[in-house]
Amino acid sequence: MKPRIPLAALAALTLVAVAACGGGSKTSAADAAQAHGPINVWLSNNAQEVAWGKQAVTAWNTAHPDQKVTAQEIPAGQTSEAVIAASITAGNAPCLIYNTSPAAVPNFQAQGGLVPLDDFADGASYVTARSGEAGAQYKSPDGKFYQLPWKANPVMLFYNKKIFAKAGISTTAPPLSTYTEFLATAQKVVSSGAAKYAILPSPSSQFFQSWFDFYPMYAAESGGQQLVVDKKATFDSPAGKAVAGFWQQLYAQNLAGKEAYNGDSFADGTAAMASVGPWAVAVYKDKVDWGVVSLPTQAGSAEDQSTFSDAKNVAVYTACTNRGTAWDFLKFSTSKEQDGKLLEMTGQMPLRQNLTQEYAAYFTANPKYKTFAAKSAHVVEVPNVPASVEMWQAFRDAWSNSVIFGKEDPNQALSQAATKINDLVK
Amino acid sequence: MSAHRRQPIGMLLSAPYAVFIAAVFAYPLGLAVWISFHKYIFTAPGVDVPRPFVGIDNYTTVLSDPAVRRSFLNILVFLVINVPLTVGLALLLATALNAAVPFRTFFRVSFYVPYVTASVAVVGVWLFLFSSDGLVNQVLGSAAPNPSWLINEHWAMPSIAIYVTWKQLGFFILLYLAALQNVPKELYESAAVDGATKWRSFRSVTVPGVRPATTLVTLLAIITGANLFTEPYLLTNGGGPSGKSASPVLLMYQRGIEQGHPDTAAAIGVLLVIGVLIIAGGQRLLERRQA
Repeated sequence: MKPRIPLAALAALTLVAVAACGGGSKTSAADAAQAHGPINVWLSNNAQEVAWGKQAVTAWNTAHPDQKVTAQEIPAGQTSEAVIAASITAGNAPCLIYNTSPAAVPNFQAQGGLVPLDDFADGASYVTARSGEAGAQYKSPDGKFYQLPWKANPVMLFYNKKIFAKAGISTTAPPLSTYTEFLATAQKVVSSGAAKYAILPSPSSQFFQSWFDFYPMYAAESGGQQLVVDKKATFDSPAGKAVAGFWQQLYAQNLAGKEAYNGDSFADGTAAMASVGPWAVAVYKDKVDWGVVSLPTQAGSAEDQSTFSDAKNVAVYTACTNRGTAWDFLKFSTSKEQDGKLLEMTGQMPLRQNLTQEYAAYFTANPKYKTFAAKSAHVVEVPNVPASVEMWQAFRDAWSNSVIFGKEDPNQALSQAATKINDLVK
Repeated sequence: MSAHRRQPIGMLLSAPYAVFIAAVFAYPLGLAVWISFHKYIFTAPGVDVPRPFVGIDNYTTVLSDPAVRRSFLNILVFLVINVPLTVGLALLLATALNAAVPFRTFFRVSFYVPYVTASVAVVGVWLFLFSSDGLVNQVLGSAAPNPSWLINEHWAMPSIAIYVTWKQLGFFILLYLAALQNVPKELYESAAVDGATKWRSFRSVTVPGVRPATTLVTLLAIITGANLFTEPYLLTNGGGPSGKSASPVLLMYQRGIEQGHPDTAAAIGVLLVIGVLIIAGGQRLLERRQA
């Protein structure tokens, strides 16, 4: 028996603080930026990304035997962000992490865990040259880049053709463009018994879940607005209210599920639709006969409408002593050649300008990815603001209470959440 | 002569555990209390940030937060259901398993399996049982609650309390089984000679005979319950619906680890420790009076 006493919870919390007592050395930023030698990097635990990372490391190590890179998967934990935050505090973070969530960057930055890429002579110019104007979304409020925009998974709408056919809905041009069309289609799916739910995004109250129901549709409805602009919440607006009203109807009519689902509801056929990124192409290849469309808007979806990026980036961590090598390896691993390999091996979209032109041959050979590539030019990121996670949690709590469980008027809930968020980010 | 001179080997043998307790519990607890009175964030080594003393600011912040107050109320609801259920069922089942029943070993193992099985796996089974289309609702038919158990604001916390009771029952049965071995058989024989029924014998011999174990089981159930985290995190979508099953430790995780506010998280933790001490102290006092 391991008694789970509150003391243990407190101990876990404070052990993170205690860990700070060990490890880590003070290194001058200028010296470290020039220092070369062996480095460690962490990769996401996604099998395709691990394979990509291993080949990149092998290619680098062959050409740079004196600056050996060692890669490993991010150690297991409740979330990657919790593990990274603990490693920053303990002073044993690696040089680079190829799975840095943009929403976590403000916290990591406040912890003093991130190296501004501007410390490197060509840091900021490299980001801009690679990602173009879209890269500006990743700047921190102090005007510096603490993350390199790496890859996006633009969120779109997958539908199961078999379920649609069973419900008597067109499988080639399904009516999913407007909210009215979507609701009618959803009702048809459920009332025909073709699937239990029309769509089933996780109803969980974790702070990041709004990135897969509200935020992509808000980006589309609002013409590409972030949740917060100029330290003011933007969603207490007609666009935000329209999206909330739309989801409220889905939940109220049981077209979307309120319970946690143990498995993959889209693969299992429990839900007829899912909001997903290009990673889903490989995942559902042999499981579901799917089609893909843009997310609906009130007036009707358009090819060039925005969506949420679901990006994962790379950051240089301050525990790194050989930052010169880290920066060189970062540029190598995000070069045109390595970005091409990332695309081929994972299907995820490098945050690089002119993606479809740069890798035209790949998209000709893999047309299913072309829709996502086109969408990656219109992605909206989470705002880079202080208290980012707290802000998303405040939003999620309001969303959960009003839209999912119907305990409060969504408009009022959004308004109160906006006031709270304005206080948090000011 | 002082105790450590009389028992130097004893001191030596107990030293590693004393060091462990000091390093893993006492020091972090002291640090947590210190953190709760300061503005504090976790930083990388060598990063110099001011950590000013803020008095009881962190406590007033958390106590004025409706979500925190709600979480303490939730845990109280949990304890009111879980602790008596745990004590009652564990004692009854242990008594039954202590008797010469067929398949005794099978039943003992069966009750213990949920306790040693990973929560993530067991939660999957409970989601299957208690979801809208789950087995329980199919059996109950129109008597099933609407909304279903885990998304019903009145049933979410009781569902968790019942789940935790079931999951941990095996361990508490073991404690009672061990205690039952120490109840003298002669007492049961005397009771039988005096014409006591089985129920009377259970009340007058078994219950007083295992009183020390009951104290231990009650304390452990209170302490374990107060530290509830995994179940609301996994079973009710992170404390849903609308925070009705959120626990203080779940909020500590959100505030301290996810949102980078270890100071307010530590304040919640200290309040929780105080709350548990008060409840455990009250329970101890009650038992002494009864004894």
